[in-house]
Formats: sequence, structure tokens, C-alpha cells
Amino acid sequence: MSHTPPKDHAGAKLGMWLFLFTELLLFGGLFLLYGAYFARYPREFAAAGREMHLGFGTVNTIILITSSLMAAMAVTAIQRSGRRLAVYLLGGTVLCGAIFLFNKYLEWSAEFSRGIYPGSPLLATVPPGESVFYSLYYVTVGLHGLHVLIGGALLTVVAVRVGRGTIHVGDFAWLENGALYWHLVDLVWIFIFPLYYLVL
Amino acid sequence: MSSERADNHIIGYGTLTAVWVALLVLTALTVWVSRHTPGIGHVWGSLAIAAAKGGLVIAFFMHMRYEGRLLRWLLFLALVTLVIFIGLTFFDVLYR
Repeated sequence: MSHTPPKDHAGAKLGMWLFLFTELLLFGGLFLLYGAYFARYPREFAAAGREMHLGFGTVNTIILITSSLMAAMAVTAIQRSGRRLAVYLLGGTVLCGAIFLFNKYLEWSAEFSRGIYPGSPLLATVPPGESVFYSLYYVTVGLHGLHVLIGGALLTVVAVRVGRGTIHVGDFAWLENGALYWHLVDLVWIFIFPLYYLVL
Repeated sequence: MSSERADNHIIGYGTLTAVWVALLVLTALTVWVSRHTPGIGHVWGSLAIAAAKGGLVIAFFMHMRYEGRLLRWLLFLALVTLVIFIGLTFFDVLYR
């Protein structure tokens, strides 16, 4: 007889997915705003989009895709009882997240220094469509960055729990759901990248 | 005491790595398309490639390919909701 309460893994995963659907609709709403304003100001969006740093966007895309691979591998590792490997893979994921945010810091610093930031005197003088583009850019990418921060913190907790053995082959709902959250962060970036860095 | 999970499906490292390679190739392709396709074509091209990448992430990294009917239908419902929102908004925005 076991004294630990029974766990409902399917229920835990279902709950996580329901939460992820609300996240999809949250970012979907921001993409919808982008689309509606793009239809209204195509030329201004094109002019503003050319100011984006394609290099930063591409490198960060590769970093996030790689971090997502390691998160998915960590789930496979724990399923095969490879606890130590799972901890290393989660560490790699969190490290990639940190590099992503550091790149974001460099990118935003470069943009701020050119006078592109919400409410800046420069943006008060440009055509309205361009300032809308930058506002949407900072809101969407900023909210995504917040998700990277939360996901990184969550996966750090998960890695510690895997290391302690609280998360193991018989009960890894925490790891599975943490990885799902991280994949959502990757998924959202997959759409941010073309919309803000490439399309225009 | 811990019991093994019944719903376990393990995705091998090889499959995951293959998906990763595909994602990198699609990323290179989307950058190339944005630089070499004139006109409105690259907007739809970029979005189609992003949708393909998103599908790979959901199907393999997020295990959706191996989930049961409930989660698949819920995902479908969420995406249909999003499509209805976007479709109806553009129906208004484009034909005013």
C-alpha cells in the first residue's frame, strides 16, 4: 500500500493544455492587432520593419529552437530514467533562455540608443503607422520575453526537483508541463520572427 | 512507492533531432524566401513556413501526435476559435 496520494497525470496535462490554449489566444490577439494595422498601414509597417535587426532575430530563433529540442529530450531522458542527463538538458535549456534574453538586451539597447522606444520624442514625429508598429513590437516581444523569464525560472525549479529525485520516471508531470510551457514560448517566437523581422 | 505511467509514449532522441534539423532548414528557408520573393507572395510564404514549423513543434516536441482524442479535439477547437476571430476581423477590415 502506498501512502502517497494517487496522481492524475492525464488530468495534469489536460490542465496545462487548457492554460496553453489561453496563451495561444492571448498572443493570437496581438497577432490579430498586427494584421489589422498592417492592412491599414502597409507602407509604414514596411518602413519600420526594415529597421529591425534580422541578425538578432535569426540567432534568437536558432537558440530557441535548440532550447526546445533540449527540453523535449529532457522528457525522453526522464522517461528512460536518465535523471542526470535530464538535469543537464534542462540546464542547457535555461542557459539558452538566458542567452536569448541577453541578445534581447543588446538588441533593445541598440534600438533605444537610436531613439526607438515607447513614447520617445523620435516616434512622436514619425508617421502614425510606424509608431503603431513599434508599440506592437515592444508589447508582443516584451510579453514574450516575460514568458521566457517565467519559463526559465520554472525549468530551473524542475531541474532542481529532478536532481533531488522528487521528479522521476514514475512521476514527471512537472517536467512534462514545464517543457510544454517552454515549447509554447518557442511556438510564439516562430510566429513573431517572420511577422516582425522578415515579412516587411 | 511509485507506479509506472500507463500513458507513456517515449519519443526517441533521433526523431527529436530530425525535427530540430527540419526546423533549422525551415528557418533558413524562411529567411531566404523573405529576401528573394517579390511582392505580397513572401507574406503568405513566410506565414506558411511558420505554420509548418509550429505544426512540427506541436506534433513532436509537445507530443500532440501521440495524444488521445480529447487533447487533439481541444487543440482543434482552440485553433478554430482563433481562425474565426482573425477571419471575421479581416472580413470587416478588408471590405469596409
